[in-house]
Amino acid sequence: MLNAPSPPGFLRSRGLWLAALALALSLVWLLKGYQLFQATMVLSYAMALLGLNILTGYNGQISLGHGAFFALGAYAAGALMEHAGLPYWATVPAAFCVCGGAGYLFGRPALKLEGLYLALATFALGLAMPQLLKYKHLEAWTGGAQGLVLMKPDAPFGLPLDADQWLYLFALAVALLLFWLAHNLLRGSWGRAWRAIRDHAMAAEAMGVDRSHCKATAFAVSAAYTGVGGALSAIAVQFVSPDSFSLFLSISLLVGIVVGGVGTLWGALYGALFILFVPNLAEKVSKAAPWAVYGVVLILLMFVLPGGVVGLLRKLQALARRRP
Amino acid sequence: MNEFLHQLLAGLATGGIYASVALALVMIYQATHHINFAQGEMAMFSTFVAWALIDAGLPYWGAFALTVLLSFGVAAAVEFIVIRPMHRAPELSVVVVFIGLLVIFHSLAGWLFGYTIKSFPSPFPRDAWYGSTLMSAHEVGAIVVALLMVALLFGLFRFTRVGLALRAAAQNPVSSRLVGISVGRMLMLGWGLAGAIGAVAGMMVAPVVFLDPNMMTGVLLYAFAGALIGGIDNPVGAVLGGFIVGVLENLIGTYVVGTELKLSVALALIIGVLIVRPQGLLGRRLVTRV
Amino acid sequence: MKPQAAAAGAPLLQVRGLHARYGNTPVLHGLDLDLPQGQVTALLGANGAGKTTTLRALCRLQVQTAGQVRLGGQAIEGCSTEQIARLGVGHVPDGRGTFMGLSTEENLRLGSHARASQQGAEADMARIYGYFPRLRERARQQAGTLSGGEQQMLAIGRALMGRPRLLLLDEPSFGLAPLVVKDIFSIMRRINQEEGVTILLVEQNARLALALAHQAYLLETGRVVLSGTAAELRSNPAVQRAYLGE
Repeated sequence: MLNAPSPPGFLRSRGLWLAALALALSLVWLLKGYQLFQATMVLSYAMALLGLNILTGYNGQISLGHGAFFALGAYAAGALMEHAGLPYWATVPAAFCVCGGAGYLFGRPALKLEGLYLALATFALGLAMPQLLKYKHLEAWTGGAQGLVLMKPDAPFGLPLDADQWLYLFALAVALLLFWLAHNLLRGSWGRAWRAIRDHAMAAEAMGVDRSHCKATAFAVSAAYTGVGGALSAIAVQFVSPDSFSLFLSISLLVGIVVGGVGTLWGALYGALFILFVPNLAEKVSKAAPWAVYGVVLILLMFVLPGGVVGLLRKLQALARRRP
Repeated sequence: MNEFLHQLLAGLATGGIYASVALALVMIYQATHHINFAQGEMAMFSTFVAWALIDAGLPYWGAFALTVLLSFGVAAAVEFIVIRPMHRAPELSVVVVFIGLLVIFHSLAGWLFGYTIKSFPSPFPRDAWYGSTLMSAHEVGAIVVALLMVALLFGLFRFTRVGLALRAAAQNPVSSRLVGISVGRMLMLGWGLAGAIGAVAGMMVAPVVFLDPNMMTGVLLYAFAGALIGGIDNPVGAVLGGFIVGVLENLIGTYVVGTELKLSVALALIIGVLIVRPQGLLGRRLVTRV
Repeated sequence: MKPQAAAAGAPLLQVRGLHARYGNTPVLHGLDLDLPQGQVTALLGANGAGKTTTLRALCRLQVQTAGQVRLGGQAIEGCSTEQIARLGVGHVPDGRGTFMGLSTEENLRLGSHARASQQGAEADMARIYGYFPRLRERARQQAGTLSGGEQQMLAIGRALMGRPRLLLLDEPSFGLAPLVVKDIFSIMRRINQEEGVTILLVEQNARLALALAHQAYLLETGRVVLSGTAAELRSNPAVQRAYLGE
């Protein structure tokens, strides 16, 4: 069997992978309450970032509006639980499908948009989303400006875990599944086609890659992943409202993949940690203008670490290898 | 009919604002082939500076002129310090840097000037001869200002050596150097002009919507729509596009979907234009022989 | 920086020990060149010999350089590309370097940025249209739509608009039909003879180059291996075998 070279940065070694898994599992008992909630949020963001990375890192389409798909997933979970009585675990695949479909629908006509034009169109999407969510004719579904309340599920089968612990494990399972799926997609023919389009669209087309279909599927998968992240975050927060999904969310997602490392899988995790914790840290640096600090950190990172955290780790690894 | 006319003219008035910001966007695009996502926040910051100057006792036009000069300088400095070093960086990194600027200017404004809404004076007196029941003096004035700026810019780009050099430096920096153009200086000039235009736009918008750090976010989106509709590489187009968007936003908001969805209208416009005619109404479709 | 007049009899361009590298890859290893005023000098060599790099190094464009370069007696190694252009060096780059999105006329006008004074620019443009009537026909057309030969003429015209003392030409015959090439080369002869412009011509087509040039240098892997008058190089048996196909 011909093995395509695996996208670097994921299965570096079985040992490392198992250690990370063990650590993740141990957090169920090491962390409590709010910290577990934060861990769950990290996983949600990581999935969202994975989605965005598939589109931007591997397929080369810049999106400044992925917060819209995050919102769609969150609202799908909320609406289905509230109005259709769906159990929480079913909302995840539902969000996947709904957002995947939406992504395809958005991606297909958006095909003519390259580079900055797509960034602009998605910027508009991210900016317009909160207003759309507040729209009074959709209030029956979205709960308007007040939003929707969700119930945090209890552990099933009477397992000795509290709600926070169970939700974390659930999110971890979903995350593992999605990462595994992404790894295989990216390694397989879909991934190759996406990267080919990213690197040289004209040449790829000349080789028979269907550009429209390829870009649209990248959008669809990307949106689906981000939607799942949104759904999980909605269940964790137990609440969705239009103002939580503003342009700043889309911006944070973009920042997350760049800081983590564009075009890498682990970058999604590092990026999620960054966007969850650094704004809080920035507040410690300056209570008055935390976002200004955040902005400065962003710019400095672009200067110093354009490859993100993964890029830095790879450089360190290369340095370590050079020493005899 | 009178109501329609009123909405039409109100649309033109807001369109004038969009046109001005669109002009700043086109300016930077023409000079650097970048889209300045931080344009709205920079304009808002400039307006706050003007407000502070007026608050400190400066007469309106003095504050206006000083603000425009300062904005020119700050924007040129931003290009030199932040954007220039990124000129070899991948597109994504540059976008993140713009986002960083957006966030910094927004946050600084809030920190230095506070988040409470402030009122900002209009230089066009309420009872001026050119005002009427259909359009206030300020609305007329804002439109005239937008048109004046575009005329000046158009003249600059089309008829002056500097304007041609600006366009050349953006398109082909290497060849520009070979003909003796200092590309760095052109970049700073382009940004400086955009900063100045943005400041003017902010000072035209503030009397209408009141001044607070969130003032320009919606405006920016409409300005983008306007710039795209008109042609992202054409100043006249940008202004035309801005007016069109202003009118459409108002008419569609009033008669079709209601004002809550105005931003979505802008979104639909942007996507529609980009799909149907990406170079806009007046932009030049770039033909490259393969 | 104001250009200084060359002392009578001295070469217009003097190059000593020119080294150049792209990043960590050295390409030129100490070139010495002397370009007599008002004459055509050819720089010959195979692909990869470093000919284009030499021109770029002279203009400090996209390549790191070391060594001495004197234009009319004035040291220019510390100058930026645009400064060198303004000192009277017109560089017609490989690939033409056309401003695709601008019109033909705008392309020409841009050349005048290198001039010491704008006086006479209109007259110069008329003269260039005289050399290249096809450009006048296409004055308002977007330059990106011009054919290869027309873009080459445009690139030369643009450089001439700067009233250069020294014209650097990088592979003007590249990718062009023989008749067009013949046209362009005869115009270059006219420019040299009528206006006294010193020309440094980089060409892979050695036969064409030696027909036009007064003297020539032969480059191999970044070093000068042979130099002399055009006649001397033409009659050199090694050159004949390797570059003239005889």
